[in-house]
Amino acid sequence: MTSVAATAPAHGAHHAPQSFWRKYIFSTDHKIIGIQFLFVSLFFLLVGGVLAMQMRWALGFPGKPMPGAGLLPETMATNGVILPEYYVQLVSMHGTFMVFFAIMPLLVGVYANFLIPLKIGAHDMAFPRINMASFWTALLAGLLMFTSFFVPEGAIRSGWTNYAPLSARPDLSGVTIGQQLWCISIVVLGLSSVMGSLNYITTIINHRAPGMTWFRMPLSVWALFITAILGVLALPVLQGAAILLLFDQTIGTHFFDPVAGGQALLWQHLFWFFGHPEVYILILPAMGMVSDMIANGSRKPIFGYHSMVFAIIAIGFLGWIVWGHHMFMSGMNPTLGSSFMISTLVIAVPSAVKVFNWLGTMWRGNLRFHVPMLNAVAFVAMFTIGGLSGVFMAATPVDMYIHDTQFIVAHIHYVLFGGSLFALFGAIPYWYPKMFGRMMDERVGKIHFWLTFVFYNLTFFPMHILGMGGQMRRLYDPTQYDFLKPQQPLNQFITISAFLLFASQLLFAVNFLWSLKRGKKAPLNPWEDNGLEWSLPSPAPHGNWDRAPTVYRGPYEFSAPEAGNRDYLPQHEKLPTDREPASATAPAAGH
Amino acid sequence: MSWWLPPAASTFAGDIDFLFTLILVITGIALVVVEAGVIVFAIRYRARPGRRAFYTHGSAKAEVVWSAVPAVTVVILGIMSNGLWTKIKGRDSVPAGAYPIGVRAKQFEWRFTYPGPDGQFGTADDFTVRNQLHVPVGRPVVVHLTAEDVIHSFFVPEFRLKQDAVPGMDIQAWFQATKVDSLELGCAELCGMGHYKMRARVWVWPAEQYAACAQKTSQEFIDCLRPSPALGMTGGTGS
Amino acid sequence: MPHATATADLMRPPFPAEPGAGVYSSKLGMWVFLASDVMFFTALIGTYIILRFGVTEPWAQPGAVLNVPLTAFNTFLLICSSVSMVKAYAAIADGKKYFLRAVPGKTLRDGGLKFWLLVTMICGAAFVGVQVVEYIKLVGHGFTPTGYREGSLLAEHAAANAVRYGAATGGLYGSTFFSMTGFHGFHVTCGVISMTYLYVTKVLPEKYSAQDYRGIEVIGLYWHFVDLVWIILFTIVYLI
Repeated sequence: MTSVAATAPAHGAHHAPQSFWRKYIFSTDHKIIGIQFLFVSLFFLLVGGVLAMQMRWALGFPGKPMPGAGLLPETMATNGVILPEYYVQLVSMHGTFMVFFAIMPLLVGVYANFLIPLKIGAHDMAFPRINMASFWTALLAGLLMFTSFFVPEGAIRSGWTNYAPLSARPDLSGVTIGQQLWCISIVVLGLSSVMGSLNYITTIINHRAPGMTWFRMPLSVWALFITAILGVLALPVLQGAAILLLFDQTIGTHFFDPVAGGQALLWQHLFWFFGHPEVYILILPAMGMVSDMIANGSRKPIFGYHSMVFAIIAIGFLGWIVWGHHMFMSGMNPTLGSSFMISTLVIAVPSAVKVFNWLGTMWRGNLRFHVPMLNAVAFVAMFTIGGLSGVFMAATPVDMYIHDTQFIVAHIHYVLFGGSLFALFGAIPYWYPKMFGRMMDERVGKIHFWLTFVFYNLTFFPMHILGMGGQMRRLYDPTQYDFLKPQQPLNQFITISAFLLFASQLLFAVNFLWSLKRGKKAPLNPWEDNGLEWSLPSPAPHGNWDRAPTVYRGPYEFSAPEAGNRDYLPQHEKLPTDREPASATAPAAGH
Repeated sequence: MSWWLPPAASTFAGDIDFLFTLILVITGIALVVVEAGVIVFAIRYRARPGRRAFYTHGSAKAEVVWSAVPAVTVVILGIMSNGLWTKIKGRDSVPAGAYPIGVRAKQFEWRFTYPGPDGQFGTADDFTVRNQLHVPVGRPVVVHLTAEDVIHSFFVPEFRLKQDAVPGMDIQAWFQATKVDSLELGCAELCGMGHYKMRARVWVWPAEQYAACAQKTSQEFIDCLRPSPALGMTGGTGS
Repeated sequence: MPHATATADLMRPPFPAEPGAGVYSSKLGMWVFLASDVMFFTALIGTYIILRFGVTEPWAQPGAVLNVPLTAFNTFLLICSSVSMVKAYAAIADGKKYFLRAVPGKTLRDGGLKFWLLVTMICGAAFVGVQVVEYIKLVGHGFTPTGYREGSLLAEHAAANAVRYGAATGGLYGSTFFSMTGFHGFHVTCGVISMTYLYVTKVLPEKYSAQDYRGIEVIGLYWHFVDLVWIILFTIVYLI
């Protein structure tokens, strides 16, 4: 660490050595909490993937015994054939795990925690203990959800959206405890999310290093900031709805059951009022981190930084007024449908601005295709498909046909897998050195990228065709319908691709785990980036900096003329022409 | 297998297909522009020794163009969509004199209530048939959708019509079949473990034959509407 | 951590930083939390409004089922506790750490932080107590979260006068009433517990001073918010 001290502001050495438990388990260090989230949510990502594989088997080869399904209990599969009641659990829990316990914590739990203080030059979060509580409640929520597979009747069967009255009536869904666990788990997760978001917002507002003005913040921090605002406002709505749903199941209220005056659509309104901001929680941080990686890989400032910021804000705002587009076919007032259609279409504008600005960033750059850059560029390419396919659904008459078909499944996966997950496959190796002090293997990373990219497209693109053919989603056995029988070969093709896609992830897992101990030692700034985090040793110490670093410029000054021979110019590096920001010299409060 | 939408069989299906194709063309152009940009830039501007990236923070002019073009496009799409939407699903969209059929969805079957000889819905001569929807060709039909237990969704791909059936609500949806045919009706909303088999058959009959048979009730109505091989129809009505 | 500087300086974190929101972090955090709590109550109150105005059958008339005078008294208690919270805040801002102190020339002794915060806690606890009594009486009367219990006095009244008691909508009435007031009561309880904790760990040992009374300000924000929510709930649930 001494070798780096010359270029780096002094880093936190004043923290006494801590016991293993304090340091790695009950840690209040934002970086350790981020790493804890990383391991836990990668595990849940694997769970979600395993569920998807079983589901894909049933869709591709309905009625055929699945290899290895002999291990499943009789309540899930007989003679290796997945049962319909297990299939609906798979559908529901795949969505639940991927949305709530894999993608959301991977983007927000991991990277909001890890990056915010490092990128704005703070010592830690504003409330480190609340931050620790946020991780432990998230873990508890995940375990509660996981448990629901092992209770009598198994997990929920009403989709990750839990549409009432199916979810509210155990006599109709056939599941009691699993449904209650879902509600309780979501309430606990909501607590975790509010505690986390509260921290991120406060930290970003109050703990920025001197000179780190709002418009010098990296886009990843901007995106995480808006995401935190969405989280703090959206999750409580879902919590409220989940509590009412729990009451419907347990104490016999009838909020969502029309039998006694409740309203079935009320659940959908509450769920999607939360749910659409949630969709942006799942994509905005990815957009932010991709912006960082593309600027770095292109060795160019981000194209149109300010409009990128405003696009993030606009998307975050519009996310609140579009929830009805999930309900065009629900029997909601058709005039409302029209207004939701317009607000939804408007989102195309900030999304287009972002995509074109990423392209503009690559234009006339000096592109270094390291693994993070490859994945970030794939994000742009794939998110574009997901965004454009959204236009079909936004147009209400077309939605009449494709709503609730595999077309929607393709769309959501182009956004959440092609978008969020590719961003994560970039972000994980990108910040891995700062987390663990080692590099992930570049060659394995590239092979993993190409295999994933190819099989991902072979898996999800044909789903558009299935949807155009009219295949409804969440069907246990599509061959029940005569008009879907000719499409079955495509379903088999998708299933085989999906298995290969899953198998390709083994490379990532091996690379991730192997590099923890055996990876190449990471230098201070392996990607030659400008962010404050690269001024710290790898891995960064507890407390980050002894003295707050001072920021002299924006985060994307790649190839700036004043950088001299290098093609980057770190934010904390003072050039002779730079003046000290006023806040750097202001007297600090008593410590 | 089909790589495109199923054959269109209702009066508005053609309009929806046109809108679908239009959006496909527009988004296709956008897709080609973006993906070509990605590929060309990735090859052309790849790192080479001695090169330096062009230092720029952006161009307001370019950004205005690529915000304005999508904005105008989506506004036009929105206006076009809204017209069609109002025509199909708007408040007063159900054509006058549409033939009424009641649809009651329950786990996991469809119950169709026909108005009987008087053509009036809700009178004593109404009768109910399970999983068989018989409609005349060339005449608007309005289905009164409701559900007994959970939410289901009425979906006939060839009609391009989908509408949820929600317990506690009476939702109307209309269509006008354009050719004599035998089709499938599926449930599009996850309604429980039997969701995948919640399927019914839709028969579109010649108008005169339908009008004649509609004077009968119950089983006689079904018997009257025996599929005629000459019409090229498959499947029996007894399923 | 002794704070020698005035609260104005505590607005800033204890290290050099960009100007933030101009409020110290725990206060900002509380504001953010309250924003999230607003959304939670929005879900509950929104549910109530949608269900109540979505029904075609009559809804129970104000005062038919609920004891409005009792709850009006309870509302008064909660408003008093907000006033005493302001007094507690003002007291410590003036550096009055004591319980009561005689003031020359005045008959009433002057209350300090210890006195006014205790009054707030007692009012809050009394509010919860009255609410528990109200619940017990309502349930005994036949008003439950699932509606008018069969065979109860209330069910008989409802059968006799369906319009006044909203016989057909009793289930929704019970569900929404108990969920909204129950979660509000839970918030009050959490507030009383937090204040008790602060009272024991910070107020009694006199850790707050005129220079630093951030904990009191933060819990005060929460308390006023809970009070405000109650006034809304009282209006829409009891009076309309």
